[in-house]
Amino acid sequence: MISWMAWTLPVAVFFSVIAFILMCMTVYEVRSPCVERKGFLPIATTRGDRLFIGLLSSAYLHLVFLGLTDLNLWIPLAISVIWLAVILRWG
Amino acid sequence: MNKTENNKAWFLVLPVFLLVAFSAVIPLMTVVNYSVQDIFDQNNAYFVGAEWFREVLRDPRLHDSLLRQFIYSFAVLAIEIPLGIAVALMMPTKGKMASLCLILLAIPLLIPWNVVGTIWQIFGRADIGLFGAALNGLGIDYNYASNPGDAWATVLLIDVWHWTSLVALLCFSGLRAIPEAFYQAAEIDRASKWAVFRYIQLPRLKSVLVIGVLLRFMDSFMIYTEPFVLTGGGPGNSTTFLSQTLTKMAVGQFDLGPAAAFSLVYFLIVLLVSWLFFTTITHMDKAK
Amino acid sequence: MTMSKRKTLGISLYILFVLVPIYWLLNMSFKTNEEILSSLTLWPQHFTLANYEVIFSDPSWYSGYINSILYVSMNVVITLLVALPAAYAFSRYRFVGDKHLFFWLLTNRMAPPAVFLLPFFQLYSSVGLFDTHIAVALAHCLFNVPLAVWILEGFMSGVPREIDETAYIDGYSFPRFFVRIFLPMIRSGIGVTAFFAFMFSWVELLLARTLTSVEAKPIAAIMTRTVGAAGIDWGVLSAAGALTIIPGLLVIWFVRNHVAKGFALGRV
Repeated sequence: MISWMAWTLPVAVFFSVIAFILMCMTVYEVRSPCVERKGFLPIATTRGDRLFIGLLSSAYLHLVFLGLTDLNLWIPLAISVIWLAVILRWG
Repeated sequence: MNKTENNKAWFLVLPVFLLVAFSAVIPLMTVVNYSVQDIFDQNNAYFVGAEWFREVLRDPRLHDSLLRQFIYSFAVLAIEIPLGIAVALMMPTKGKMASLCLILLAIPLLIPWNVVGTIWQIFGRADIGLFGAALNGLGIDYNYASNPGDAWATVLLIDVWHWTSLVALLCFSGLRAIPEAFYQAAEIDRASKWAVFRYIQLPRLKSVLVIGVLLRFMDSFMIYTEPFVLTGGGPGNSTTFLSQTLTKMAVGQFDLGPAAAFSLVYFLIVLLVSWLFFTTITHMDKAK
Repeated sequence: MTMSKRKTLGISLYILFVLVPIYWLLNMSFKTNEEILSSLTLWPQHFTLANYEVIFSDPSWYSGYINSILYVSMNVVITLLVALPAAYAFSRYRFVGDKHLFFWLLTNRMAPPAVFLLPFFQLYSSVGLFDTHIAVALAHCLFNVPLAVWILEGFMSGVPREIDETAYIDGYSFPRFFVRIFLPMIRSGIGVTAFFAFMFSWVELLLARTLTSVEAKPIAAIMTRTVGAAGIDWGVLSAAGALTIIPGLLVIWFVRNHVAKGFALGRV
């Protein structure tokens, strides 16, 4: 039934992590609803907005590394994690 | 808008969520899976990591079709938005004539996309089409099937014919929402036609124009059917846009891995652009 | 020349530009193939209905229209059923993740169908829905439902909240209020939404063609196959194309006064 989806471990981990983050954010939001605020980003954002901006920019960062360099993908991944933390805290 | 906080509202959106998730999330997960594997058949798939992404991002054919796509989408916007505004300004404002204009303008929007292609395929031919015959009669050597420039221009012309009405209808409804008093005040001030347009009509059109630009950009960005019917993406690669390239890869050559990697890059571009538009729209709604 | 005359001239010219290619299609559909190929004539010299006869007498042609109408109608019904309550929720309540959910829905309207083509084919095959009308109807929901939610939300936001509150005070339950009071108030919005769902499902080719082979093959796919065959029968092709315009004309007549508002997603 799901064999056609051709699951692989890294992809499964990737989607689990995303799902886990979303779940945490939902719980956090229900416990303590957040208000829009203005950080170093040019627009006022909520917590969810910052997460989305962080994830999307991380995806582009990976593409840039893949397209322009032959460096190992762990490098952009590490940068992304730091970037995500920065943007969630101060963005 | 004074909305109330109520998380039970989730029950009302649940059907939509499940329906769209079924059609969007499962395929998306599958595409991600394909993009990291070399797939020969159901039982022979090998994990290749980010190899396909590397290949796709460095493939000159894809750079070309991406560039072609952006030029095309910007050309579409550059022509259709001003033309649509002009048409909306010229439309009769009320009565039977206004209804008639609305319906006539809307006709191209309701024609199946492949039939739009067929209409112009016939209309543009030098032997049986009025348009092609007229151009050749004027001494212009026009042939969309053999000249890449002509094919590209024809696809653009088709899009203008097909979709300018959408922009025009949007602007028409935006203009209708301007109170008569604004125009009267302008008349008292002896404002010029241009001033009326610049300071009364254009600001009121802003919100519909953002929607118009969004829909036109996105739909021209995924254009597939018209060039497919007209010339199949040719001659050469002159009208091979992103969706053509992708469909050729996925269905034509059955290169699942590269096609999936390409899909994801394509999807990320769309995601970024629609996020920019969505943010603009919500900020404009808030400013009201 | 006065301003209003220049405007009339301008709009007439533009409408002429819109109509001439369509006229040419109609013109071709009433000609014989000999006439089409022998000379360029501005109207049919030997008027014939033979091209239309071919379509109405051959099941492989006319079944295409029936298939298309079937899946389009299913799509409109499903779209409205799920989009109405969701649009109400978006227009009346704030809830966890509402903005992001809305954006996510929107991205599905914007995503190119080509991206999901292959997994769609396998998804619907694996649940045994390949080559059925419902498969195409469900697939089209991917872009029609978000659009419907967007348009309906715009229309619903125009209805004052006080109406809801008064109804609840008067003892209406939510379902009864929704069906008896609220829906009639936004009928034009529902009409326009149905029109848009109809339109985008009717004009779509790529998904409809990929998800069907024989039983549910839409007219659009049948037409492209005819194009591919050796020697194009221009007359029949034109007639088939001309017939696809009629359903659109019929539905637009009903919503002609609200279409512009619908195109603005109810936001004017």
